Amino acid sequence: MSKLLSIKNLRVRFRTKSPLQAMLQKIDDPYIDAVRQVSLDIKQGETFTLVGESGSGKSTLALAVAGLLNAAEGQIKFMNEDVTSMTSSQIMAYRKKISFIWQNSIGSLSPRMSVGSLITEGYKIHNLKDRDLKMEADRLLKLVGLPTNIKERYAHELSGGQARRVGVARAIALDPKLIIADEPTAGLDVSVQGEILNLLNKLKDDLGVSLFVITHNLNIVRHISDRTAVMYLGRFVEQGQTDDIFAKPRHPYTLALLSANLTPYPEASLKNRIELKGEVPSLMNRPNGCEFHTRCPFSSKHCDNEFPPIHTFDREQILTCHYPLNKN
Amino acid sequence: MSENVLRIRDLSVNYQTDRGVLKAIRHVNLDIPKGSIVGVVGESGCGKSTLITSIIRQLDDNADIPNGSIEFEKQDLLKLSLDKMRNISGTKLSIVFQDPMSTLNPVLSIGRQMIDIQYRDKISKKRKKQRSIDMLTKVGIPDPRNQLNQYPYELSGGMQQRVSIAMALQAGPSLLIADEPTTALDTTLEVQILKLLKDLQEEMGCSILFVSHHLGVIAELCDHVVVMYAGEIVEHGSTYEIFNNPAHPYTVKLLECDPASISKKQRLLPTIPGEIPDLINLSGGCIFKNRCDQSIDRCDKHTPLLNEFNKNHFVSCHLIES
Repeated sequence: MSKLLSIKNLRVRFRTKSPLQAMLQKIDDPYIDAVRQVSLDIKQGETFTLVGESGSGKSTLALAVAGLLNAAEGQIKFMNEDVTSMTSSQIMAYRKKISFIWQNSIGSLSPRMSVGSLITEGYKIHNLKDRDLKMEADRLLKLVGLPTNIKERYAHELSGGQARRVGVARAIALDPKLIIADEPTAGLDVSVQGEILNLLNKLKDDLGVSLFVITHNLNIVRHISDRTAVMYLGRFVEQGQTDDIFAKPRHPYTLALLSANLTPYPEASLKNRIELKGEVPSLMNRPNGCEFHTRCPFSSKHCDNEFPPIHTFDREQILTCHYPLNKN
Repeated sequence: MSENVLRIRDLSVNYQTDRGVLKAIRHVNLDIPKGSIVGVVGESGCGKSTLITSIIRQLDDNADIPNGSIEFEKQDLLKLSLDKMRNISGTKLSIVFQDPMSTLNPVLSIGRQMIDIQYRDKISKKRKKQRSIDMLTKVGIPDPRNQLNQYPYELSGGMQQRVSIAMALQAGPSLLIADEPTTALDTTLEVQILKLLKDLQEEMGCSILFVSHHLGVIAELCDHVVVMYAGEIVEHGSTYEIFNNPAHPYTVKLLECDPASISKKQRLLPTIPGEIPDLINLSGGCIFKNRCDQSIDRCDKHTPLLNEFNKNHFVSCHLIES
């Protein structure tokens, strides 16, 4: 399988103080790093999942990949083209090849447009005049499993699951190579979650697209993803094959996330749970040494002051920790 | 049988809409024994929120309650004057909402809000402040004295939710209603808050009515589970019974299609086909019949009643009766 997307040492920063404020308050570096030193590869036809808590930089990373945020450092290559140095017309062409399924399914649809015009909007924006928009709309609605008479409806007349499907139809309209799905099941009932995930899996198989899924719901990761990365404070702490990560989590944070994942079995109660102390530190004030040491149940003196080395295990499991778990 | 803090009998709530009368919940019976945690689980549109808002008497203007009673500590809340209701809510009966940011007043400091809600007590402001500090310590907020001067936006989501739990429990209520209190939080914080609720419940001895759509959370926290579907209680029983021995086809399917219950990697996840019935034009018979794959003739005509299926386990389904 060839590489579709390749990111090397990406860093995305946000300014926290204006230049004048920074000068007056004598702050040398008025930025926070939302994404720091992130490297990843997504292969053709693969589903890559990004897991992390709120504020860990998941969405920032996705926006940078889509060219909606500028990278401060590092490289984003899509089909061997460098995204970070594209001109605006190149970006336009690039955006045909990637598409987004937004987290807020109803909010991402214009309230003033009918479903039919919403899902064919992309053709107009990219000036594809040879298409019969009505036929395209019908084809897309069928692909995502919606009745074609839904075309006349407006966003507020859709249920959460339907709106999500319209979002999927919009995303596949221009035959993209990569679909970025930000929390595709957020706000959906359990019985509908399955439907959306089945749809994504099916489209992936039928259309051969790659998926980049962002979620904090570990329960769905296992079923849709080939490879997974766990993000904490803007860095990847662990990355590898999804099966390996679930079977043998090696970073303490991954282990804690997995054990905090509540299952509908009353017997599996708090007994063996690893409870993390405290909360995620602020990006303005990153801890020294290993950035997870303030909450890590296994941290030792070493972790306070020395940045952990990067370990690589068999089958591409990569992690950053002084004392990886499950060594054997 | 221990005493019940809350006893709901035959409660129905209707909403007047442009299309007609929407029967949001119908003939609901619910008991909350003293000192226990009862979980209500169901998907959107099942009437969870209507149930809660009718208990705290905050239903919208277009709602009416044709029949039923809500007995709380031996008095019917539905018959109380609004003045008397105001004396109960916040002291004997309190609630934690889903979104802590919109529960707390953004322009007042935490301390001001915590002191304000003690307006009924005739004690000095200093003592009220001390009480607030004690309460914040109880819910695990570090450095509570300084936190009192903070504004809600300065706290993280988990801390905000801890503050709203502290405020809800300050007057030592006998019933705490928790409306999806962990939905807005991350998984690692969710576990912390659940543990906190459980510890506080044991310490203070109050009962909790916990409403959620998250099966895992319910399984973790509750003693007793009530499953609602489209405005009716379809099954209720002890947590162990409901999760290990579900009997109603809806509960069975709901548990099956939760991605968390499938530990083996699966490309095709189970779903519940169909949609919940239109609550304006109810056709009679079993409420789940159009999505149930085991429905029989009787399901179309007769509405099933809750029957004892096992010890402490009630199910409303014709298949169980016969």
